[in-house]
Amino acid sequence: MKIIIIGNGISGITAARFIRKLSDHSITVISSETDHFFSRTALMYIYMGHMRYEDTKPYEDWFWEKNRIELKRARVESVGFEQKTLTLDNGESLPYDKLIIATGSASNKFGWPGQDLERVYGMYTFQDLEAMEKYSDGLKRAVIVGGGLIGIEMAEMFHSRHIPTTILVREESYWNNILPAEESQMVSRHIKEHGIDLRLSEELKEIHDDGNGHANAVTLKSGEKIDCGFVGLTAGVHPNVGFLKNGALKIERGIVVNEHLETNIPDVYAIGDCAQINEPVEGRRAIEAVWYTGKMMGETVAYNVCDKKVKYNPGIWFNSAKFMDIEYMVYGDVPAKKADYMNTIYWEHSDGRKSIRINFHKESGEVLGFNLMGIRYRHEVCEKWIADKTHVENVLQHLGLANFDPEFYKQYDKELVKVYNKQTGKKLELKTKRGLNKVLAFLKK
Amino acid sequence: MNIINKIGLGIFVAALALFTLSLGLDSYQLKNEHLPGKSTSHQEAIKVAAEESGIIGKEYTNNIAYIADLKKAFKQAQKTQEENAKNGIPDGVNEWDFRMSDGDVKSYVFSAVKASSNGLIANNKLLFFFLTIGLGALGGLIYILPTFLKIPGIKNDHIYHSSMQRGLTVNVRGFFLAATILGLLVYGFYYTGGQLLWPVITLIIIGLIMYLVLGRKNEKSHEPTKSASPNITGWIGVITGVYLIVFYIILYWAPAYMTSWINMVDPLSHAMSGNDASQWFLYGTLYTIVIIVMGIRMIAKYRHNKYQILRTISVMFFQTVFAFTLPEILIRLNKPYYDFKNIWPLNYSFFFDYNIKDMLANGSFGIFLLVWGIALALVAVPVFVYFFGKRWYCSWVCGCGGLAETMGDPYRQLSDKSLRAWKYERYIINGVLVFAVVMTLLVLYTYFTGQGRVFGFLDSYSVRTWYGFLIGSGFAGIVGTGFYPLMGNRTWCRFGCPLAAYLGIVQRFKSKFRITTNGSQCISCGNCSTHCEMGIDVRWYAQRGQDIVRSSCVGCGVCSAVCPRGVLRLENGDSDISERASETRAIHISEDEVKLLY
Ligand SMILES: Cc1cc2nc3c(=O)[nH]c(=O)nc-3n(C[C@H](O)[C@H](O)[C@H](O)COP(=O)(O)OP(=O)(O)OC[C@H]3O[C@@H](n4cnc5c(N)ncnc54)[C@H](O)[C@@H]3O)c2cc1C
Ligand code: SF4
Repeated sequence: MKIIIIGNGISGITAARFIRKLSDHSITVISSETDHFFSRTALMYIYMGHMRYEDTKPYEDWFWEKNRIELKRARVESVGFEQKTLTLDNGESLPYDKLIIATGSASNKFGWPGQDLERVYGMYTFQDLEAMEKYSDGLKRAVIVGGGLIGIEMAEMFHSRHIPTTILVREESYWNNILPAEESQMVSRHIKEHGIDLRLSEELKEIHDDGNGHANAVTLKSGEKIDCGFVGLTAGVHPNVGFLKNGALKIERGIVVNEHLETNIPDVYAIGDCAQINEPVEGRRAIEAVWYTGKMMGETVAYNVCDKKVKYNPGIWFNSAKFMDIEYMVYGDVPAKKADYMNTIYWEHSDGRKSIRINFHKESGEVLGFNLMGIRYRHEVCEKWIADKTHVENVLQHLGLANFDPEFYKQYDKELVKVYNKQTGKKLELKTKRGLNKVLAFLKK
Repeated sequence: MNIINKIGLGIFVAALALFTLSLGLDSYQLKNEHLPGKSTSHQEAIKVAAEESGIIGKEYTNNIAYIADLKKAFKQAQKTQEENAKNGIPDGVNEWDFRMSDGDVKSYVFSAVKASSNGLIANNKLLFFFLTIGLGALGGLIYILPTFLKIPGIKNDHIYHSSMQRGLTVNVRGFFLAATILGLLVYGFYYTGGQLLWPVITLIIIGLIMYLVLGRKNEKSHEPTKSASPNITGWIGVITGVYLIVFYIILYWAPAYMTSWINMVDPLSHAMSGNDASQWFLYGTLYTIVIIVMGIRMIAKYRHNKYQILRTISVMFFQTVFAFTLPEILIRLNKPYYDFKNIWPLNYSFFFDYNIKDMLANGSFGIFLLVWGIALALVAVPVFVYFFGKRWYCSWVCGCGGLAETMGDPYRQLSDKSLRAWKYERYIINGVLVFAVVMTLLVLYTYFTGQGRVFGFLDSYSVRTWYGFLIGSGFAGIVGTGFYPLMGNRTWCRFGCPLAAYLGIVQRFKSKFRITTNGSQCISCGNCSTHCEMGIDVRWYAQRGQDIVRSSCVGCGVCSAVCPRGVLRLENGDSDISERASETRAIHISEDEVKLLY
């Protein structure tokens, strides 16, 4: 059987690897971006000089041939679902038996005047990175539109080269549609602390042309004009499915798939950022453009392609990121505005760069979610607590199990228990210190 | 770079330039009282030869010409003694107090040069010490200062933009490696007095290892791509590497050319042990100062990371107190020189006859040293490695590790992460361990039986000379440190150290130590692998949620520090270790569903 995967990102590559583990099918991965799989999440580190492009490749180049995964550098122009063939930009057409679409995302553009000028880029592809590199020389100021995870990465990148940077954020505090207020303010403070010009409650109105098709300034909704030599568009991403639209494939925002990641057309699957789950499990969204879900979908689809039916079940939500120097981790349910049934305990370090938040159910006391800034918690432990509907007091007393900070780091579990005791008038005490053997025993329970 | 960085760098570079130039700034005048000789017979022969050659009283301002003349004269003395020996060695005179070995000639040249230095440097030792080494350290500290003012966090910006730190292309690296190995073998031929045996055996073993790695089926397609810089070579790094290599060559094999430097540390040596400084004292002084200054840099860089801070303080402490100060105090007290933390087989001369004799001659203190050394190697190593992993030694105590973690930190990303490099690593480092053990057994055999030859042909003296030359000096020094900017800061620890091999075997098979990975949080970014000085492809394990148990891991903790997603933690705990470190483990949230199908 001949399987073709469009896209060599994390989801497409994970699918290929697992299909190879499970079968002897012929596998071809097509991508127009780079010859080899690299870690998109590491793009910023190349620009900042922490790593070279080579270092962002999770597998050595010989890996693919050894595992008989054929790589092809080309753009897929269209798919003939009837004839089961792909047409490539070089005119070639390729037949397939099963097709996996893993084309990822593209940066959002909201119809701003000047959005297609030169020196205006998103930060998604390797080519975006090359453009940033190209225009960084002698750059006097960069303006970044949108304050999500990618926006702050882009700001950090320019900042590392001492290029003055302005970020325009529509909200009144950084990423406060996702982060609870305190954490959002912490990050806002941190961005400013680094000397980055963070403009809250501010939006882009238009991008100006220098007369040669290059951007040279922006005007904001407030009317202010800022001269700049580069405009970064980081106001979110959308599924990269343009070339498949208006055909037989069912597409809403993304390619619609069922719980087995099958599209409406037999033998065609979609995974990763470009897929839209038609009935997501409770607490999850239809499109989740993150690394981890791409990886899980890649693995799940491999089983389904190899005729072992498996449902896609992403389980309990988790994510992590880094806001310049502040690491961020979340497990479970931590909405920006706490729901009615929720209670929350929050502790913040006096240095303003670390905090712990635990959400739990008002009535039953079961723990619902963890939000960490500048502190590391164990994924497996938090997940088990949430899955087992563990009572928050039980969790608090055994917080040592979750701590994943390096050795000798100060632990702040006590402070959190204090906050809880103060809020409830109870007298809880810590019972378990951190230690791997205890953790593993707990996980086996 | 801000203004303070620039000032610091400027001072450092000026001091380094003066330090380098100072080698040519002294002048020399040989007087009778400078003439060396460990026995009266040697002294007389040297005196005659010196007088005949006419160098006595002559003023030299150029040490190259001076050393050449001295060498000529002393070689003449050697020849004379050799002639005289043919007529029989006088009664009651030890053969080697009469005949002069090549080593004797070398050390006589060295002491004559040092003693007869009489110029700018020799007459202003302290001043020049402060102007060169002192100002260099000060410049370094000033350069580091601003890092303390930055917001705490990972500071790896621009490593790969820096000509000092970005490494070299595979070809240039290959050239340096091949040239160094060949150079060592050719020089080794002369060093062992024109014996072909050892250089040839070494060459054969190198060939064999290359065959074992490259000769495998399909190995051709395993061309590494991650090994070295893609197309650009950082020339400042290369120049630094060459400087270090030349430094080590002079230090080991031609110390007579660096007497100006050694003279500068005379006052310090007098204050500590009461003796004149040797090249080893100079080396120890520089080593310690570098570890302190660069240790402070490390602390500034990892201000937010208590593990790194404590670890760095620990290596600074062990170098300053145990490796540098205590041995000098022992000498002052007329006790044998002893570095309490140097463990066999890294300390390969521990079982050499002269060392054992020296210890045994020192009464109960000597016996204590002997027992201590053996207990460290046979008890402390396995026990501590069982509980904490090899890091307790390699990145907390060891001097080589201490240098690698401080001065070497800017180069940690240059280690080769390819699978092929790992193959080389396993053959070479375990090969060195075998060599060290065999060499020691032969030496002990000679010690207990008094027989120099084993099985009639293996001469334990030439085996240990070759080990000392090839591994002790060539590998540990020239490649070990000289290659920091070329192949990363742990080249010796990863490929050459026999103690690391021994600790590693214990760590791999019987230890609680491992690096655990945090569920599914890895984004495969590669920071951990890139900054692993031992060339472990940490990401390979992390991205599938596999715990990491590797013999080479020195537990520096930098992977955990640089990981932007908090995925890695160094831990001691042996529950489920084989299960969690197994290859098939892939932790992901849909695991239960998938598992049902198996
Ligand atoms: C800068 C940045 C940082 C990020 N950081 C994080 C993070 O920290 N954590 C996290 O969870 N997520 C992060 N993400 C999101 C994460 O990278 C994505 O969710 C993930 O890469 C999506 O993987 P994918 O395989 O679905 O698609 P992609 O990685 O986008 O791969 C799709 C591939 O398909 C190719 N392709 C598309 N169309 C065609 C065509 N017609 N023909 C041929 N090839 C085609 C594209 O060129 C691309 O190479 C980050 C994203 C970016 C851009
Ligand atoms: S473990 Fe951390 S540093 Fe290593 S690849 Fe994963 S996310 Fe990156």
